[in-house]
Amino acid sequence: MPTRTVIVGSASACTPAPPPCFAAAAKQPVAVTISTDNGRKPVPARSMLGVLSLGAKQGTAVTLEASGEGAQAALDELAALLARDLAALSPDAPSLDASDA
Amino acid sequence: MRELAGLGVSPGRAAGPVLHLAPPPSLPSPAAVVSAAEERDAVRRAVALVADDLTRRADAAADPTAAEVLRAQVLMATDEMLTDAAFAAIEAGAPAPHAIAAVLAEHRAAFEAAGGYLAERVTDLDDLRDRLVAACLGLSMPGVPSPGHPFILAARDLAPADTAGLDPSVVLGLVTAEGGPTSHTAILARTLGIPAVVRCPEISDISDMSMVSLDGATGVLAVGVTQAQATAINAGAARLRQRGADSTGPGRTADGHPVALLANIGSARDLTGDVEGVGLFRTELLYLDHADPPSEQEQVAAYTAVFSALPGRKVVVRTLDAGADKPLPFLRQAAEPNPALGLRGLRVARRDPGVLATQLSAIATAAAACEADVWVMAPMVATAAEAAEFTAVCRAHGLPTAGVMIEVPAAALRAGAILRDADFLSLGTNDLSQYTFAADRMCGDLADLLDPWQPALIALIAACAAAGLEAGKPVGVCGESAADPGFALVLAGLGISSLSMAPRSIPAVREALAAHTLEECRRIAKAALAADTPEAARRALQKTI
Repeated sequence: MPTRTVIVGSASACTPAPPPCFAAAAKQPVAVTISTDNGRKPVPARSMLGVLSLGAKQGTAVTLEASGEGAQAALDELAALLARDLAALSPDAPSLDASDA
Repeated sequence: MRELAGLGVSPGRAAGPVLHLAPPPSLPSPAAVVSAAEERDAVRRAVALVADDLTRRADAAADPTAAEVLRAQVLMATDEMLTDAAFAAIEAGAPAPHAIAAVLAEHRAAFEAAGGYLAERVTDLDDLRDRLVAACLGLSMPGVPSPGHPFILAARDLAPADTAGLDPSVVLGLVTAEGGPTSHTAILARTLGIPAVVRCPEISDISDMSMVSLDGATGVLAVGVTQAQATAINAGAARLRQRGADSTGPGRTADGHPVALLANIGSARDLTGDVEGVGLFRTELLYLDHADPPSEQEQVAAYTAVFSALPGRKVVVRTLDAGADKPLPFLRQAAEPNPALGLRGLRVARRDPGVLATQLSAIATAAAACEADVWVMAPMVATAAEAAEFTAVCRAHGLPTAGVMIEVPAAALRAGAILRDADFLSLGTNDLSQYTFAADRMCGDLADLLDPWQPALIALIAACAAAGLEAGKPVGVCGESAADPGFALVLAGLGISSLSMAPRSIPAVREALAAHTLEECRRIAKAALAADTPEAARRALQKTI
């Protein structure tokens, strides 16, 4: 099954808005899961509760998984999003321009 | 018709059906699950109900941040993980509400463990749990009801979180079982211009949708009014509000002695009606909900919004008034046994001078770009030395007019010494009462001690006013007492030069001043000073006018 591990990028400021990676994950033709090395089960990338509960911060390594047609492309897109900015994963630290996420 | 007695804290009359603020639901002891399918349906129905309700509230929310929080809650409520995990808990034998509570408790623990911003959002999860559990149990949604028609809101007491989105066009009046004249409910009601009665314990026995009328001046509540009576009362109140809104102009006694009528505000949004300026700009709003202090840039923008709305007018900015009683996460203050007596107001700068320096710098930047006459003052000053140090720091930041608030009796007794360095004084009579009478502002049982007509409080105000007259420097009042039209006459007579209050209270005070000469005000003040009890002081006012 294709997987991709990325280090979550940096950013600043706070907003209660949902992390932009949901919108991106929801648009994928395949189900993407996301996990950290905290020993817990991978969570669906489009689950707001699941992703927030990962508690990923800047510098956390997260692993994305997907299978089926379009899996590679989906992982590429989400990995790029996550590496660029933590805001994609957690509202803890949105990007300077959240609209690009 | 039955009458209930309370304490009127926000004048005006209102009538309508009463609705109680629903308390958070408690989980009943779990019953054995008869049908897992039925429990799953209960979860689905609760999710749909709560998501619809939150979406409706988000659509109606005027504040974009509040709307964003609500929409994020909708995403969590409809999250597939929540439903799947709740179904698994049901399979394991839990009833629907218990299943939901257990799943959200797990996420809550994860949020807390993550710390930082996520830990601060656990209240959103708690609120979501209360809503879903209430929906499962068929109870009313916790929080302020939104029935789709105007009503009188009843509660044990109101917390800031309950009232963030309170809409005065729907909430006609407030009545609480507890609280006091300076409680959050009272201040909020006066700010929004909603008639309010507090300390009316019998309201808890009045059932939802009973027709009541309330008088926020006398504190009397009538239960069982007719629809026709209610309509007449609300129409009369609307006429009075309109007359107030039409009154304009600077504060003057009948013989033309000026007493500036200024506004107490928390942001540019609170500026309504005709005001001569702002006598108290509370800056705490900017800092609430912040894991880190707001950046200087962010502060400059907020201050500019207020300053630019008042070209050529006075704006008195109070520096951050926080402490263990109004905790801010970034100050990382330890819990104190007596927060009201601890590191609060200007005292925070003893440990963390950077927060004050950034704020003064932001105020100076915003002031330089606007035409408002910007004054700065520090809260919780106790000594002349603290006042001297604060004014020096302000001047070093290029802020020429620096003063202090008088909230501590020690400072009131040394007003003359303080005015050697400070350019002005502003009396915060709520805290001055609390500290003079050793009576907690939030303790409704001590409401009589917090009465501004108490002779000891009037004596301290008189001492400060006299020190101001001697130094030729302005002394204003920005506590709730300034909004009492009768007390405003006492203050004017003592030599107070400005009165700052919720903008909606200004018209009534303007009319009271305009009806009396300065000499009459002085006679009223003298009689109030000579009285032995608040009741006697009020009687003296009645006799004099």
